[in-house]
Amino acid sequence: MSALNPLPAELAQHTIDDKPYWFRLDRRDFLKLFGGGLLVCLTDLSALAQESGRTFGSHELPTDIAAWLAIASDSHVTVFTGKVEVGQNIRTSLAQQVAEELRVPFDSITMLMGDTDLVPWDAGTFGSRTTPTMGPQLRKMAAAARQLLIEMAAKRWNADPATLTADNAKVTDPHSGQSLTYGELTRGEKMMQTVSTEVPLTPASDWKIAGTAVPKVNGRDFVTGTHKYPSDVVRPGMMFGKVLRPQGFNATLVALDATKAEKIPGVTVVHDGEFIAVAAPDPPTAEHALSALHATWNVPPQPSNQGLFESFKQSSKTQHEDDSPEHSTGSVSQAMAAAAVKLQQQYTVQYIAHAPLEPRAAVAEWTNGKLTVWTGTQRPFGVRDELMAAFHLPPEQVRVIQPDMGSGYGGKHTGEAAIEAARLAKATGKPVKVVWTREEEFTWAYFRPAGLIEISSGTNRDGTLVAWEHHNYNSGPAAITTPYNVTHQLSQFHPADSPLRQGSYRALAATANNFARESHMDETAHAVGMDPLQFRMKNLTDPRLRAVLQAAADKFNWSQVKSTSRRGFGIACGTDKGGYVATCVEVEIVPPDNKVKIRRVVQAWESGAIVNPDGLHNQVSGAIIQGIGGALFEQIQFANGRILNPHFAQYRVPRFSDPPQIEIVLLDRKDLPSAGAGESGIIGLAPAVGNAVFAATGTRLRNMPLAPHGTSPAESASDTRPDPGIAHNSRAPG
Amino acid sequence: MSDFILKVNGTDRHVSASPDESLLSVLRDRLDLTGTKYGCGEGQCAACTVLLDGKPVHSCLTPVSAAAKSSITTIEGLEKNGTLSPVQQAFVEEGAFQCGYCTSGMVLRATALLRETPHPTEDQIVTYMNGNICRCGVYPRIIAAVQRASQSPSKAGGQ
Repeated sequence: MSALNPLPAELAQHTIDDKPYWFRLDRRDFLKLFGGGLLVCLTDLSALAQESGRTFGSHELPTDIAAWLAIASDSHVTVFTGKVEVGQNIRTSLAQQVAEELRVPFDSITMLMGDTDLVPWDAGTFGSRTTPTMGPQLRKMAAAARQLLIEMAAKRWNADPATLTADNAKVTDPHSGQSLTYGELTRGEKMMQTVSTEVPLTPASDWKIAGTAVPKVNGRDFVTGTHKYPSDVVRPGMMFGKVLRPQGFNATLVALDATKAEKIPGVTVVHDGEFIAVAAPDPPTAEHALSALHATWNVPPQPSNQGLFESFKQSSKTQHEDDSPEHSTGSVSQAMAAAAVKLQQQYTVQYIAHAPLEPRAAVAEWTNGKLTVWTGTQRPFGVRDELMAAFHLPPEQVRVIQPDMGSGYGGKHTGEAAIEAARLAKATGKPVKVVWTREEEFTWAYFRPAGLIEISSGTNRDGTLVAWEHHNYNSGPAAITTPYNVTHQLSQFHPADSPLRQGSYRALAATANNFARESHMDETAHAVGMDPLQFRMKNLTDPRLRAVLQAAADKFNWSQVKSTSRRGFGIACGTDKGGYVATCVEVEIVPPDNKVKIRRVVQAWESGAIVNPDGLHNQVSGAIIQGIGGALFEQIQFANGRILNPHFAQYRVPRFSDPPQIEIVLLDRKDLPSAGAGESGIIGLAPAVGNAVFAATGTRLRNMPLAPHGTSPAESASDTRPDPGIAHNSRAPG
Repeated sequence: MSDFILKVNGTDRHVSASPDESLLSVLRDRLDLTGTKYGCGEGQCAACTVLLDGKPVHSCLTPVSAAAKSSITTIEGLEKNGTLSPVQQAFVEEGAFQCGYCTSGMVLRATALLRETPHPTEDQIVTYMNGNICRCGVYPRIIAAVQRASQSPSKAGGQ
């Protein structure tokens, strides 16, 4: 028996050290200098270390109030955090929590985020860690600051601090009636007090600002076009850069003729190792110069989608002996042998792209040897590390600033554009902006991992699960362990060789593992002749998961719906990263080609005490809608080192016509700590859709995307569909 | 390079550019009107939507020479004397954004829709807006914002 801690393996997925290519510094040197160290730092992390708010790997988090917040003489509050705003609304939700603990009006707070010169070190904005870790960290500092302000007032008045109150950015003595504003107390001076002991925090049941639907703090800037995204940053004398991309992955340069490009007035050509790029005074000239470069590349033969899943299994055995630790209890093989109903199935997920609407962008500027880069990234300090490595600079010589950006979904952990812009800025001596094209973003970023999942289960005739075995090849360990009660179980993640650069994505592999598990649960329910909700409840004691299941089923009227050949109803649930989700789906099978149209989704969600119900609703709804893409039609097609569908015309993403009627039930558990809510809301949809399609048609879809061309197995097994042997199995509804 | 006089948000702007340079590039990189966004450069996402004489176009596919005779409205031109247009106001009230990168294009396309069809049905909104991608998936709130704006007493958006 061993306890599973998938966190290190999961965190490793947030560090994408696999660069597409590099200049001068080769990969081995890079890893030796920094990349390897960074990876170790993340792998060694225990969740508790970050949650304590004290250390993260080798990084000590500051303990003085001044590092986290400042109160100006006009009582305006500035909060410093390395977390970044990418659309998930933490600029608002974190400010609410500070306002709550500090007892100041919400609009007196400015969040200073993601500027490596001005904020405490932070690992990055991923893994749904902001709400459970940065929230309490800032609340603690704000509560300590409030106490300090009370003590400062007590000193001035020669009063007992215990008799004073703090509210509305003022300390008041109820007996004398006198009061001082926070600004009058600090006079704008730093609060150098060290906070070491536990500070009592305001319970969620007493919240007045946190817990309410405060509108997005700078919403007006987005409807007027005044908000400056990373790609909007302009610096004096700025030039525009373009990078010549190789004709395929893992290409080597055979020859370059840059004579024509170099003759264009104002153009600088940089050729350094495999890095070839141009800078010009305006974008059209930069594009002209790029097209004037003539390079010959040698692109080696490389795999395609064909045979992908079998290759994962092969390479996991031959190349990756050190699988991540398995989670096992009891004796799976004995229990399986004795079980009345046995099922064994394979499930697959394809590579998909994040496709953030703002592609990678950066503006780099060198001033007296110091490099400043404005860029869109979820890891400003990670990008700083990459720049330090690329240009051999100490930390104080690199500043990364992250303006609130055009989304990420886990896709912007890396600093490619920052490095490219910095390299060009170094060559030209001027600030340089690099904005990736859509095709570059689709090709040279990284992907959500594809994966093969194998599940075997054993169930008694009465519907009691007795054995469960779950293997994930390549896609990841997130949410791999079943939340159901199974005495004899084993789950294991098997790293494998990926032909494509892969990394983090909203909810990571929780989508894949939950899709496989919840599809398999549905198959098992049908096999033992039980209602899918009843079967889940029979094998589930986790009260939080039961609560969302029941809430979704009630709202959906699950007990009354009845599937027909054209209309199916499906249910699924799951939990990951402190979030609990249950999803009920109604699908319509639309003739003549049996297209799957999702008609209605009811999703129940619980992640502890709700910090902002409006922001939470927006995240849960967005996760469902983004999830439609991965569930039904998104997939990267590739062959021989090239992406074959690197455009929105070829890579379909959800549009206005896709979302069904969506109803969201939010359960507010004020008695439980708030967990992150930007990710796990995506994991319920795909299995619920697959289960609904089965309920209508009797066709079990085990491969995501489920129905890019409709439910007909002949069609969906074509071209890049999974290997023979993992094709759809059809059977009549049980 | 040629010289153009562009009428942008009611003001004549002089600009030197190649006739085939995209209106998107001219607006963003020569006139510093960065509210208009690059999303794909291929007319597939509509983040770059601007209005030419009130009609929505993909500025990424519109050569500057083709825009020179038209009245151009960008997202910066909708707010009048500190008052948001009804569509802008509705987006704020519905919280119809997450990262906000698609919002400029959404607001402008919705403005054009309401000028053509003052009281659109949900189906009409979906059909008219279907070329605009919101990768955060805020579509239901955007539809609600367009409906809210359609009920606004002063519907006239930017010119």
